[in-house]
Amino acid sequence: MNKNEVFIKLPDRPPPSSTVGIIAWTQKNLFSSTTNALTTILFFYLIYLYIPPFFDWAIFNANFSGSDRSICDANKAGACWTFIKVRFDQLLFGLYFASNPDQIWRPVVALSIFVLLLIPLVIEKTPHKKWLLIFLLTIYPIIFITLVYGGYFGIPISNTTQWGGFLLTFALAFVGIVLALPIGIILALGRRSEMPIIRALSVTYIEFWRGTPLITILFMASVMLPLFFPSGVEFDKVVRAMIGITLFQSAYTAEAVRGGLQAIDKGQSEASMALGMGYWQRNVFIILPQALKISIPSIVNTFIALFKDTSLVSIIGLLDLLNMSQTASRSLDWNGYDIEGYLFAGFIFWACCYGMSSYSQKLERKLDTEGRTE
Amino acid sequence: MTSASASKKSTKNEISPIITINKLNKWYGKFHVLKDIDLEVNKTEKIVICGPSGSGKSTLIRCINRLEVHQEGSIVVDGTELTDDVKQINEIRSDVGMVFQHFNLFPHLTVLENCTLAPIWVRKKSKLEADEMAMELLTKVKIPDQAKKYPGQLSGGQQQRVAIARALCMQPRVMLFDEPTSALDPEMIKEVLETMIELAESGMTMLVVTHEMGFANKVADRVIFMDEGQIVEQNDPKNFFNNPKSDRTKLFLSQILNH
Repeated sequence: MNKNEVFIKLPDRPPPSSTVGIIAWTQKNLFSSTTNALTTILFFYLIYLYIPPFFDWAIFNANFSGSDRSICDANKAGACWTFIKVRFDQLLFGLYFASNPDQIWRPVVALSIFVLLLIPLVIEKTPHKKWLLIFLLTIYPIIFITLVYGGYFGIPISNTTQWGGFLLTFALAFVGIVLALPIGIILALGRRSEMPIIRALSVTYIEFWRGTPLITILFMASVMLPLFFPSGVEFDKVVRAMIGITLFQSAYTAEAVRGGLQAIDKGQSEASMALGMGYWQRNVFIILPQALKISIPSIVNTFIALFKDTSLVSIIGLLDLLNMSQTASRSLDWNGYDIEGYLFAGFIFWACCYGMSSYSQKLERKLDTEGRTE
Repeated sequence: MTSASASKKSTKNEISPIITINKLNKWYGKFHVLKDIDLEVNKTEKIVICGPSGSGKSTLIRCINRLEVHQEGSIVVDGTELTDDVKQINEIRSDVGMVFQHFNLFPHLTVLENCTLAPIWVRKKSKLEADEMAMELLTKVKIPDQAKKYPGQLSGGQQQRVAIARALCMQPRVMLFDEPTSALDPEMIKEVLETMIELAESGMTMLVVTHEMGFANKVADRVIFMDEGQIVEQNDPKNFFNNPKSDRTKLFLSQILNH
């Protein structure tokens, strides 16, 4: 290098070894101060105290065999998964399919198709995702009704009053989520409309349904709705619950979407206006894709809340997964094993909600073209 | 008026004005931003509008594609008057390109998609045709190799050149520039100005709000100086810079030229 050069470029060096590696990590994160060290030790002790006994109960000493409570009663130190095994069909598919084992293929096929559609949708590289999604939102509900409800192709009808368990939870949440999103988007756009009447209608709708507890809406749907129809018209209970949930959920979704809309810079709509794009073109191509991306966390948050709130349908006498577990564990055969029932229901709820949550995080990362997250 | 004027467009005389602004008045609430503005812009004319901030220069050009609504007076663009008629507004907007201070590229779309979206959906071009033209214009602004990238991956100067290409993809008759270099680092101002100079040389009608007096001197047919919502003075650049008539203009020029 020239000695007279004023600027000398220094080579890059690796960071000092005390700042990288496992020991450095442990020191920095677990034992950085006396208080932190004590807290770390305390928590390890608590884990040691409670986790092994739980696994002993839930797995190592648990009862899996047999088909009645005698085995569980003989070994009280372990969980009674025999109960879940025996009542599995009832917990997942409700009373009709539990009492008609020859029909159980119907919900199994219906839910399997859902999973088969979902897997390619979640995998990033799938081609023609758009068509899969459209199929899921339009044709799939018809398949589901044909299979699960029946009435055509010689499939006997399963009365919705006998729907229950996870199948009911799934049906309520699916309808709630799929209908609430488009309605919510329209409402959110309406709330930001420059037309006063549309704005007023949207605000009224959102504030009314958001201000009413879901349990009240379900109760009203069950008790009040029939009063508005002539006495001969019988409105299906499950459909009423679906309507109630959709009305409620769309108000929440609307607010989540509005949050995203407000975060979009005014320059975006100005730039699209300057290109001569109309209202719907601006929203469909420019504003909504960005707004929805921002509101993914809060939209999914409302979806998760809805998924769990479906349990409230017990107020109108429908037995979803949670209430079905409760009912089953209070039957004469299995009285006293409600912890197992709740754990089972809790686990399924958790698995579904965790799935939604991690997919939303994945989606956020994928759609992040601006490098906001990381 | 719409259909008749549309057919007249092509037969119009070359010297006839493409924009006619008559007694334009605008208020923001009680604040009178634009006062009795009269302005005619001829085809292929390049006008630079300057003035202190808050003088209404941005508002004036934003009125031309109705990003701002005026309350009094008339604006006629290419034979079509700006009214509340949404269809007419969108027609004018698709014929008038605009470049913003903060680029306002669509961050969720690639550079190419930014350029082809409006031609496809507003001009109803085929995707192939739109892609072809976009690539041609991206080549003109010297960034064809960035077509598949997202705006966030580009430098400010590159983003602004994409914004210019995006506006040009609509084949506008007029281009409006709203302080196109104000948000850029000094090193990037030059590349954007060069693009604008090339565009000017190609015969585009341009209205440019800017503080770049060098650009005004080189390119403008006419420089307009605005203050407090009024046009104080307008002249060709040589006379504007060398013999400003009003004291207000002299003060402004001394402030921006001697620092």
